[in-house]
Amino acid sequence: MASRVTEATQIAPAPARPVTARRRQGPPGEPRRVAYLYVLPAFLFFAGFMAWPLIHGIWLSFYEWDGLSVGTWVGLDNYQSVLTDPELREPFLHSLILLIFFSAIPIVLGLALAGIMMRARLRGMAFFRTVLFLPQVIAMVVVAIAWSHIYEPDGPLNEGLRALGLDSLTQVWLGDPSWALISVGIVGSWVGTGLCLVLFLAGLSKVPRELYESARLDGAGAVREFLNVGLPQLRGEVAVAMTLTMIAALRTFDLVYVMTPNGGPSRSTAVPSYEVYKRAFIDGEVGTAVTVALILTAIILIITIAITRLSERAEA
Amino acid sequence: MRASRAEHALSYLILLVACAFALYPLGLIIVTGLRPDAVGAGGGFDFGNFADAWDQGHFGRYLQNSVIVSVAVVVVSAAVSSLAGYAFGTMRFRGSSVLFYLLLLGMMVPSEAIVIPLYFDLESIGLTNTYAALILPQIAQSLAFGTFWMRAYFRSTSREVVEAARMDGAGHLRVFWSILLPMGRPALMTMVLLVFMWTWNEFLLPLVMLPNAEDLRTAPLGLSNFQGQHTSGTALLAAGAVLVALPVVVVYLITQRHFIRGMIEGAVKG
Repeated sequence: MASRVTEATQIAPAPARPVTARRRQGPPGEPRRVAYLYVLPAFLFFAGFMAWPLIHGIWLSFYEWDGLSVGTWVGLDNYQSVLTDPELREPFLHSLILLIFFSAIPIVLGLALAGIMMRARLRGMAFFRTVLFLPQVIAMVVVAIAWSHIYEPDGPLNEGLRALGLDSLTQVWLGDPSWALISVGIVGSWVGTGLCLVLFLAGLSKVPRELYESARLDGAGAVREFLNVGLPQLRGEVAVAMTLTMIAALRTFDLVYVMTPNGGPSRSTAVPSYEVYKRAFIDGEVGTAVTVALILTAIILIITIAITRLSERAEA
Repeated sequence: MRASRAEHALSYLILLVACAFALYPLGLIIVTGLRPDAVGAGGGFDFGNFADAWDQGHFGRYLQNSVIVSVAVVVVSAAVSSLAGYAFGTMRFRGSSVLFYLLLLGMMVPSEAIVIPLYFDLESIGLTNTYAALILPQIAQSLAFGTFWMRAYFRSTSREVVEAARMDGAGHLRVFWSILLPMGRPALMTMVLLVFMWTWNEFLLPLVMLPNAEDLRTAPLGLSNFQGQHTSGTALLAAGAVLVALPVVVVYLITQRHFIRGMIEGAVKG
């Protein structure tokens, strides 16, 4: 789900040993010119394939350009139209709905499952963890194809509903404007829950056993025990889960592109990333496309920084 | 162990339902892929769809492309980010923190933001519709993470070992290559696994960079195109989907400790 770009900011291997004061002096820590040689290859790649395209993109956002002929300078017009044109605003509103499915639901489910696994101390924890994390490692295109099959008009979902006598609930899930986005969202919940669970399990395993024991001696029930003892310890993990899943929701492309071609029925599943791709490479509106992409980037940066700040303040 | 027996049973039940829910879509495509496509072919399992997907569906070709791209990205980004991580983690030099934060910022920029200008940049030097258009940008994206990751490892290494080696006359390159890097195999391994998975599963970049190069399509892109063209042939599509997912799943199942621990260990550090 979350790609290398987003996860990277969240993961770091724990130091194998505490850093001693001694590392400040002595070799090989002294100022060294040779360090520049070591970082040079990384920065050549970085400059050519990250920094330059980003600058180029900002430049392009001030133009109206079809990708072929000569572009026209339009100043901030592209930015203005993203804010005012309903067809460009809508994809961002769709993202808001996806946030519920990609972020809120997986976090709640992950918390519930983690609480259950920690309290009962069941056998086979490793097995459950491996299985529940599995959706995270499958290519989104494959996930999209599997779920498209489930959602087919005569697919397993509708067949199942009919078998239960719930014929009235059957839908053309991916073909109905009021259901398509929700159907895609459910797939996001399916993918994200495992990630949240694994994060929360790691956080809960750091909670000292005694805290639980004493809560139990006080006669706290399962739910209260988790809410009072486990949950407060998970603030950091919840912040990480929120960041990763919200970014995944905002960036969704593969699922939407494969499950609901052309923006879905009545463009009901048009999301920002899809709009970026379509405008740039199908409609020939490169300037608008780049602008949507940059605004999306800004939103992602703001969310990442805001959540990190808030969780740090809460912990302090 | 105070949890009652009933509670225990209920917990198992909930977890089993969750597992069934997680596995169902995957099991469904495997079963669909194994089902004989032709009507009246009888029951039972049939691997014919996989053979057909491999040849007629060109999935053999797509998987080969994915292997080429993934291996190139993994090898180069592992090498380049180990070198940079070594410098950031063990050496002091002017501008090191500015450079490092620049790299961190680069990690937060989603590929959506750069893929359009990148396409026109690469087109102007004739690199679209080539492996290079898939490999070079993904190296850049992976090494931002890789440098961050390897820096954390090199920072955690013991000074004593390094100093002892230097007493014996080892230079910075020897310290890197013969001492610290071999000790850092677990960190390197985790990084390699994650970069492999991200590269293998990448979809947007190949979609944009290969407008006219059918024979260079990577596995996910090939799968998506196959789905777009064949409205029938569900079994073949499912078989193709299984082939595309299989390499990462196998690697995950073999090395899941590395995989999950990579996410867990200090996941909250960033």
